[in-house]
Amino acid sequence: MTNYIGTATSRIDGRAKVTGEAKYAGEFNITGLAHASVVASTIAKGRIARIDASAALSVEGVLDVLTHLNRPPMASADSAYDDDTAPEGSPFRPLYNDRIWFNFQPVALVVAEKPEIARFAAALVRVEYEEQAHVTDLHRQRDKAFALEPGKNHSAPPKPRGTAEQAFAAAAVRHRGEYYVPIEHHNPIELFASTVIFESDGKLTVYDKTQGVQNVQRYLCNVLGTEPEEVRVMSPFVGGAFGSGLRPQFQAVLAALAARALKRSVRLALTRQQMYGLSYRPAMIQQIELGASAGGTLDAIAHDAITVTSQYEDFHRQETGWSGLLYRCANATYAHRLARLDLETPCDMRAPSAATGVYALECAMDELAVALKLDPLELRLRYYSDRDQNTDRPYSSKSLRECYRQGSQAFGWDKRNPEPRSTRDGTELVGWGMASGVWEALQVPIAARIVLTANGHAEVSCATSDIGTGTYTIMAQVAAEMLGLPLDNVTVKLGDSTLPQSPVEGGSWIAASVSNGIATTAGAVREELLRLAKQMPNSALADATADEVTLADGMLVSKRDATCAVSIAEAMRHRGVDRIEQEKSTTFDDDGSHAHNTHSAVFAEVKVDEELGVIRVTRVVSAIAAGRILNTKTARSQIIGGVVWGIGMALHEETLIDHNFGRIMNANIAEYHVPVNADVYDIDVIFVDELDAIVNPLGIKGLGEIGIVGVAAAIANAIYHATGMRVRDLPITLDKLQR
Amino acid sequence: MINFQYVRATDVADAVHRIAADPAATFIAGGSNLIDLMKYDVERPSRLIDITRLPLKSVEETADGGLRIGALVSNSDLAYHPLIAARYPLLASAILAGASAQLRNMASTGGNLLQRTRCYYFYDTATPCNKREPGSGCSAISGLNRMHAILGTSEACIATHPSDMCVALAALDARVHAAGPAGARTIAFSDFHRLPENTPERDTNLQPNEIVTAVELPARGFAANYTYLKIRDRLSYAFALVSVAAALELQGDTIIEARLALGGVAHKPWRDPTAEAALREQAPSQATFNRAADVFLRDAKAFGHNAFKINLAHRAIVRALIQAAAGTPQSQSDKKIR
Repeated sequence: MTNYIGTATSRIDGRAKVTGEAKYAGEFNITGLAHASVVASTIAKGRIARIDASAALSVEGVLDVLTHLNRPPMASADSAYDDDTAPEGSPFRPLYNDRIWFNFQPVALVVAEKPEIARFAAALVRVEYEEQAHVTDLHRQRDKAFALEPGKNHSAPPKPRGTAEQAFAAAAVRHRGEYYVPIEHHNPIELFASTVIFESDGKLTVYDKTQGVQNVQRYLCNVLGTEPEEVRVMSPFVGGAFGSGLRPQFQAVLAALAARALKRSVRLALTRQQMYGLSYRPAMIQQIELGASAGGTLDAIAHDAITVTSQYEDFHRQETGWSGLLYRCANATYAHRLARLDLETPCDMRAPSAATGVYALECAMDELAVALKLDPLELRLRYYSDRDQNTDRPYSSKSLRECYRQGSQAFGWDKRNPEPRSTRDGTELVGWGMASGVWEALQVPIAARIVLTANGHAEVSCATSDIGTGTYTIMAQVAAEMLGLPLDNVTVKLGDSTLPQSPVEGGSWIAASVSNGIATTAGAVREELLRLAKQMPNSALADATADEVTLADGMLVSKRDATCAVSIAEAMRHRGVDRIEQEKSTTFDDDGSHAHNTHSAVFAEVKVDEELGVIRVTRVVSAIAAGRILNTKTARSQIIGGVVWGIGMALHEETLIDHNFGRIMNANIAEYHVPVNADVYDIDVIFVDELDAIVNPLGIKGLGEIGIVGVAAAIANAIYHATGMRVRDLPITLDKLQR
Repeated sequence: MINFQYVRATDVADAVHRIAADPAATFIAGGSNLIDLMKYDVERPSRLIDITRLPLKSVEETADGGLRIGALVSNSDLAYHPLIAARYPLLASAILAGASAQLRNMASTGGNLLQRTRCYYFYDTATPCNKREPGSGCSAISGLNRMHAILGTSEACIATHPSDMCVALAALDARVHAAGPAGARTIAFSDFHRLPENTPERDTNLQPNEIVTAVELPARGFAANYTYLKIRDRLSYAFALVSVAAALELQGDTIIEARLALGGVAHKPWRDPTAEAALREQAPSQATFNRAADVFLRDAKAFGHNAFKINLAHRAIVRALIQAAAGTPQSQSDKKIR
């Protein structure tokens, strides 16, 4: 039997991707396809006074200009615009009325025979606005921030515990710091696009860039007022999304509206600049206070966050709760407030809330270590907790201590001179910093279908997405292993709303969910095969039960006695069965007795030119504990990507808003900086063995998010160690290091 | 993006004739800046006159020991040209500090001279910008100006010239050859780019009906003591916050000739004869370099976000001069600053 789970298997879709055979949402063609181009708002707040589309309409090849005045009917109730990941509020509706909520909001859609004509004509649409005073500066709104009641898709911070105020008063050492993270945009390389095929019967087939085809399908049906069978959404390949494709985005609605208005197939691809009107990671101001004894206990934590939301929805994540979770500490308080700005609603971005919340916590911990004259790693070991501190329960598994051990050893942490500015390399100051990372091991109900044919081929399908993470490949690996087939004999189908149920792909929950889902379904296939095998004359498995057999190398084999085996093909042929099809839903029972989390220990080396402040992150070691690793190759890529993003978060990323205009000014990837190759030196990824028999049957925890958590803090802490300067607002650009 | 016509020029005379016939037309060579600007509706040419087939692609030695670089020599070809690498390594280094390999393959010598500012507001037609729309106002002065100029600014414009190559050309005292309806002429590099004053819409003194045909380098190449030091927000593929082209000629322990040009600080590559004079006849030392930097930046003025640039420029000048004097120029591939 061949093991596929846990191996370094290359992507099964890799060849299709590098040869261009893999088609993305904006690449599906059909005869008669029309092309749309968005006219975007140039103000942050107000009303559309007048739209003059006459010049655009007079261009040859222009089919129509849709605005709020002439668009096809759309639902009027907020509930129709709800979706699986929507926060509370009144969701944005493109072209619904004359109201402007944010800059880059679509105000008109030009549809033409060719994309060039659409884009040209879009430049000719004249829009007059009645402008209203706007505010886009979080710092200006911080005094107006408000606390939010728990509600749908967001929870309140954990309950405070102990008596933090008294503990702070009694603490030998107190550290208090304010940490700032700016707005960041996702910037997947694939532009957001939808191709809507208007079928002959009026049904819509929508190729959309999304992390959840069924979420988009339900949303479009509700918004357009159609029956479920009238809309099919597909997304076979996604060129990165990072959370930006969790909610249905406006290009899908606009393209569908245009298709229905024109009774014609329509494609809409947004420009990079227009994508800055989709969503973002909210800026946040965080205050953390830590109180500790000289003897090595952490006695009190207070974490207060203010984050950005829009005027029409309450986007809220659990930034502060991570602080009380991670370390042994009897007293903790949390506060989370929202500040409304005239921007679109934020959404999840890689490790939402943890990338930012843990950044602040782990910088604060470093500052506490300095105050206590303790090694930062030693501090974390002293505060180590084997129980989830927020809910006081054990973890299904927690191998963070092993992450610290293996990570620090690979990095050479024991050679660190604790004194800031103590290590030099010529003109550069050298700094070493570290941080912990934590994320949730989530799993969600999912369904998977397997069709096994007598020729030894299986097709496994689920409506989930592969947003570049390698879902196709791990689905094939799990199915091949569970069915005892060669990997090449497994075909994977995903990204189609007609396939078995899947939630959106996000939160690092799909790997665990879909793998266990496939295992469940494979179990049903095995049972069916056993039923057939038993019916064969003189069956070697006549007395076997389903639990006692396994599938390997095209055989149904007894686990007790490998000589008791029946050929799958023969069993099927004997009963005249040429295919076995099983579809099973899998749910994950969680009795609440254990916390499910992934962990990381990140060690970073920076070199900082002392005079000029130029920073190089010359080395990062990331040790990860995330349960069973399905594919060490794609998993490593995931973590490297997270570390690179962490470098960007620490040093580069910042959405620049001109608050006079309430407008993002660096809305392109030349001026919105992310790391380039030159910024990335050595990244060493270590997967710590972590067996977890509790979290789910396969022991998988997922690792899409954990790679970024802690990285920015490790780098910020390394910069402090190098320079003696503590920069608490990201990104740490060289001007912030000038003395 | 606005529709346009496309024509191909057959020779320089044809190009000049075509541009004279249509004042709203523009030349296109590599297009690495122009196409972006057209997509953003900032440039709206009626017609693109493609000059990529003109015979301006050679690098030739001149009678006085210099080089004449055709306007269509790509940035990549120029950076790796053996004569440039051997005699003008400052120019090669500056080119390799800019953009990416792909862009340098497309970008031409003449086009590099004519690239436009990266000021956010210039690129966004939703905001006022005097350079894009004269008289509409400067949004950067009271807005996001971290990237903006500290020298030679005006109330109308605080944009910077984005080129790296031009900073080296300024330091090397290059001359620009242009052709127009009245014939050919030569423009000293320091006279080529303009300060914004009240006409920020004009970046250069090239007339609208003229075409750049070549850039000429004088014999003096400073191949022994030079550096191009570029300070930016990431280690590659970002415009300069401050860049310094420094070139020295030493005789024993005395600087007999000094060139100092800065990028990222002004509407044009910025040179200062007084600062260079402060280096001449001096021994290379930290004190000498500090004095020169003081002089260079004596009129520097910041606008808020870019206040750090004055101090940064000072330190970068000193560092660059140390590198140049020591004969240890900054590598553009090893990102550690020497």
